[in-house]
Order: sequence, then C-alpha cells, then structure tokens
Amino acid sequence: MAQRIEIDPVTRIEGHAKITIQLDDSGNVTDAHFHVTEFRGFERFCEGRPLWEMAGITARICGICPVSHLLASAKAGDAILAVDIPPAADQLRRLMNLGQIVQSHALSFFHLSAPDFLLGMDSPPATRNVFGLMASDPDLARAGIRLRQFGQEIIECLGGKKIHPAWAVPGGVRSALPEACRQKIKSKLPEARATTLTALSLFKKLIKQFKAEAQIFGNFPSLFMGLVGPDGSWEHYGGNLRFVDSGGNVIADQIPAARYREYIGEASEAQSYLKSPYYRPLGYPEGIYRVGPLARLNICSQIGTPLADLELSHFRECGNGSVTSSFFYHYARLIEILAAVEKIEAMIDNPELGSEWLRADAGINKLEGVGVSEAPRGTLLHHYQVDANGMVQKVNLIIATGQNNLAMNRTVAQIARHYVHGSKIQEGMLNRVEAGIRAFDPCLSCSTHAYGKMPLAIALIGPRGELVDTASTPV
Amino acid sequence: MAAKTLTIDGKMVGAHEDQTILEAARDAGIKIPTLCHLEGLSDLGACRLCLVEVKGSNRLQPACAIKVAEGMEVQTHSERLQKYRRMILELLFAERNHVCAVCVSNGHCELQNLAIELGMDHVRFDYRFSGFDVDITHNRYGLDHNRCILCTRCVRVCNEVEGAHTWDVAGRGADARVITDLKQPWGEADSCTACGKCVMACPTGALFYKGSTVAEMERDRTRLEFIVTAREKKQWIV
Repeated sequence: MAQRIEIDPVTRIEGHAKITIQLDDSGNVTDAHFHVTEFRGFERFCEGRPLWEMAGITARICGICPVSHLLASAKAGDAILAVDIPPAADQLRRLMNLGQIVQSHALSFFHLSAPDFLLGMDSPPATRNVFGLMASDPDLARAGIRLRQFGQEIIECLGGKKIHPAWAVPGGVRSALPEACRQKIKSKLPEARATTLTALSLFKKLIKQFKAEAQIFGNFPSLFMGLVGPDGSWEHYGGNLRFVDSGGNVIADQIPAARYREYIGEASEAQSYLKSPYYRPLGYPEGIYRVGPLARLNICSQIGTPLADLELSHFRECGNGSVTSSFFYHYARLIEILAAVEKIEAMIDNPELGSEWLRADAGINKLEGVGVSEAPRGTLLHHYQVDANGMVQKVNLIIATGQNNLAMNRTVAQIARHYVHGSKIQEGMLNRVEAGIRAFDPCLSCSTHAYGKMPLAIALIGPRGELVDTASTPV
Repeated sequence: MAAKTLTIDGKMVGAHEDQTILEAARDAGIKIPTLCHLEGLSDLGACRLCLVEVKGSNRLQPACAIKVAEGMEVQTHSERLQKYRRMILELLFAERNHVCAVCVSNGHCELQNLAIELGMDHVRFDYRFSGFDVDITHNRYGLDHNRCILCTRCVRVCNEVEGAHTWDVAGRGADARVITDLKQPWGEADSCTACGKCVMACPTGALFYKGSTVAEMERDRTRLEFIVTAREKKQWIV
C-alpha cells in the first residue's frame, strides 16, 4: 500500500518547513519533498514602492542574511541608476558581506549543525542543540558564539545595527568604517582565525566517523553555480556567474547577472512556496544545480588567500572533479569562514575604508536592473523593473535556498531510501533526514529559530489519507 | 497688551492675552504633545493630540486653538488625556500603512516619537491597510499617502510661508488626501516652486526627498524657523 511519511516541522533550520516521503505499495521510497510552508509575498508587495526603498525593504526578508538582500538589492539599484559605484563603497560592501558570511556560517555550524556531529545524530533531541553543546564542550560553544558575534559586529560597525541595516543603497553605501571600529575588528581577527582553524581540524577528524553519512547525504551528480572573479577565483560580491558539472568541467562561464534568464528557469511546485530554479539548457528537472559553499568551492579555480587555498586542496580530495556529497557543505562552510577572515585581514588596513566618497548620485537611467550577491547559502539575484520615475513595477527574487530545492528533495529521498523499508520507520531516519537538510543550511526567510525544542512528528499516511503509523520525539 | 494669569498642571503661569494655552504652557516649560502644530504656521486643531482639560468645561479643548483666560485652570497630563492621546495615535497608525521598519523616516518621525513617548505599545483597532499610491513624479521630492496623517502642515506652509498654495486637501473622511494643484501628479503641478518647505514641515515619512532610503529622511526644521523669523521679524538669524 502506498504511504506518505511527514516530518513537520523540521527543526534547527531557519524558518518553517516540513518533509514528506512517499512510499510505494511495497514500502520503498518513491519520492520525497522538502516543503516550505511559510508565505512571504515580498515580490508582490514591493510593487509600487520607490526603487530607493528596496534595499531596506528586502533586507527584511531575513534576519539571518539581511546583508545578502541589501547588497543584491543595492546592486540592482546601481544597474538601474547605470552607475559605477565609488571604489570605497565597493570595498565597504565587500567587508560587510564577509562579516555576513562569517556570522551566518558560524551560526549554521556551531549553533545548528555541530550538535549533530559532536553529540551524535541519535543523541536525545532535548539536548541535541546549542545548549547541549555548551554543556558538553563549553569552550567550543563559546568560541563559536563569539565567532558569530565577530561577524555581526562588522555588520554593526558599518550599518549601525546587526540586523537589517539599511546601509547599502543604490549608488553606493551610506557611511564609511569609523576608525574605532576598524581597530575593534582588527583586534578580534586573531581569535576569529583561531576558532575557525580549531573547528576545521575538529571537522576533519569527524569526517572519518561520518563516512556513512557522507555517502548518502545528498551524494549525487548535479551542476554547481556561483559567482567567480574574472580569473575564475572565489567571489562573494562581484564577478559573474559560472556553472560547473559534477566532473568539475566549466559548462558556462562569466555570465553577467543581467543575463540570468538565459540560463536559469524557475519552476513552481504545488506543494511548496519555494520556487525550483533549474539550469535552462538542460530543462526541468534535469537542470538541477546546487549553490552555496559547496558550489562556490567547486566552481572556483582558487580562493586567493594562503590558508583557505591550502584547505581547498584538501577539500578537493573529497570528490572526483566536483565534490558531490552535500555532507561536505559543512566543510566548505568552514573553509569559507577561513577565507572571509583572511580576506578581512588583508583589507582592514586599507585607508579607502574611511573614504568620504561613498555614493554615486544619479537618477533613473535604465528601466531594468539585476543585482547579484553570494549569500552565505548561495547565489542571490534581485531583478527589478521600474518606471521612468523609479517606481518599482515588477520584482523577481531568486534565492539561494530555492536554487537548492531540487537538490534538497533528492537528498531527503536518498537518505530516506537508506533508512526506510516497509511501513515502519527505521530508528535514526528522522534525525538523518533533518541533518541532511541542515547540511544545506536552508534559510526560509524567517528570523525565528527552532532549536530542537519543537516536537518532531512523522506520520505514515495511507493512500486514502488514513494514519498508518506515527513517531515523534519528546518535547 | 494685557497679561493673564492661569494655572497649568497646578503651576501659576503668566501669559499674554493673545497667547494660546499651548504657547503659554511651552513658555512655562510644560510640554504638550502636538502633531499638526508647527511654529510659524497658523493652527487649526486637526490632530487633537494637544487636548487639555479646562476646569468648568466637560469638553476637552485643543490647547493650540484656545486662548488663555484669567484664572483658567488647565490640566495637560491627566489619566483621561493620556488615554485619549494614545487612542488618537492608535487610530492614526491603524488608518494608513505606517510601517516604521521600512519607512524613510524611521527614527526621525514625529508620529513614531510620540507613540514611544506616550506609551502606545500596541494598536487595538484593525489596520485598514490603505494601499494608496506613492507619487514620485516630482524630480526632487516624493509623496507617500500611506504615511500621511492629514496634519496639513504642507498645505499651510506652502500657502502661508512660500505663498504658492500648491497643496490642498481633497475628499472626505477615509478618502481624504493631500493633493497638488488640481489633483495632478506632483511633477505636473505648475504652481509648485520646488522650494521643499512642505518636505521640511512634514512630521512623518509622507513627504520625502526623492532618493531617500529607509530611515534616512531627516528634516531640518531650523530652515523653516529661519525663514519665518526673517519674514516676520526682519531678523536673519542663521
């Protein structure tokens, strides 16, 4: 008898979602879906607002990665004003995005995913969270929290507040880096570097322990997409788009953001508010691609900082061509924190950061603009159409988590196939399906954190909607 | 000019006979909240935030519109007044879309400041979610009806100080809107001199400098004071 398993809600991710797993008559997994059950509607209600408000409004999409939206939006604004922003503004925007990458990746690793690795996938959910981590390894937990704080402070230094600073604007940024803040960031860099290196060496030890998970956590061929610099190096703010296949071959390169539509199609599925983008030349759903830390490290030729490049060479040993297991998102995330810390070290003494030339002033010079930034979770595109006065007519947002939607569905199916046989739920499946989703660090555009206190429930539902079996974890 | 003596919040206050209760209170260092009042413009008692209790009258009186009188006893901050003032603010917030988080005036808004000051921490009325148009046809300024509280400072400053009388109010009740000329887009209003006094006068995010981003709209009211003082007293004090 065909059945459906539901995991609702999924915990320790950013936002609200559920998972359903479809079984056939003999109890084998036929399909799996990750459903985003929250609806935001930003694309619609931004219509009829002035272009200049867009960065501030769209930053509100998310409390974790507001900076990514801020930057993509400001860049779409730059395109519509048709200006080159002042060099200092470019540097300052980069600095803020590096701070964002550090804080968000630290949150994903230390607060959300580390409890799975360090306390064990099957340890009690009541303590398998950041509080449990504090009890078992207080030094690591504290260092992780401080690392996130370091990233947040960079954002606050520039934008005046840690969350939702409306600081990047069409044409540039609103303020420079004050000298006192520069000193403060500089003084905290050594600790940030040390914490990142500790986490990296810890994770590399754990890789052996989690060999089984690495094999089944979304390990499949797909394309990878992200920004690269003109020489193919790791990018997070500028550059153009590149697609690489699972063999590590570049299949499309240096695509300007404005031409994204030629390469990215968007499919909507009835069961989720998340759109499913795909690589257009291959069609839907064959054009499945992944974005985010794993993709960025797969597509780049080098990172451009010594320690991160060394780690990149170790990372590449985890795959053949591209690294295809989504389990290694965690590894890639830590390498990116290291890259961000090194890049901040390299730029923090640049006198340009204190410049007064920060904002290009212009009216509406184009009626359409696309802005792209690398959010911690992957490439983020903002596409606006405006009228001659600058009133927004149409908005299209392609978010990182959406681009990973097809890959997350496939990850859930792969893990479920391994652990679900027959109508009974195998011990450990629930934890691993969730952990598989967490590898992507999906951000469901919500600042609410669920941290393992919410009840997990799985329901086995028969073809006529009858409840066959349930399993849940204690609250 | 005859002087009058009155009591405001139990304090003996002396005032000129042509002063309003609001002016007398402010001279005596007693702050009465206002929204539609702006120094240098005529008063019309539109916002009702300056309502005060005058002994001998059951009706609440707008302090900006009532002249002082000998022996008057005025209460400006009674429990009853605080309650009504909060309710007025709640109604203003419910009427249109005052979404502070993404407003150009966030952090520099008189409506927002009053809500904080008077302890309006929630709105008990259903929001109307106005969904009005935003007019950014003018090449320097923008108008967002969703943030307008119909205080008519723009109407008065344009008429009384600039002398252009570009602004007016059209419609009634919930349909009332400030308009430019004969309800043309602002960019097509021929009478507008683009002086920007209306933008300087606006208490909320309704009128803004075009290109302002979220929380960036700060107003320099000293410019208005300078102009009014120069005009009325022939003193050019910068």
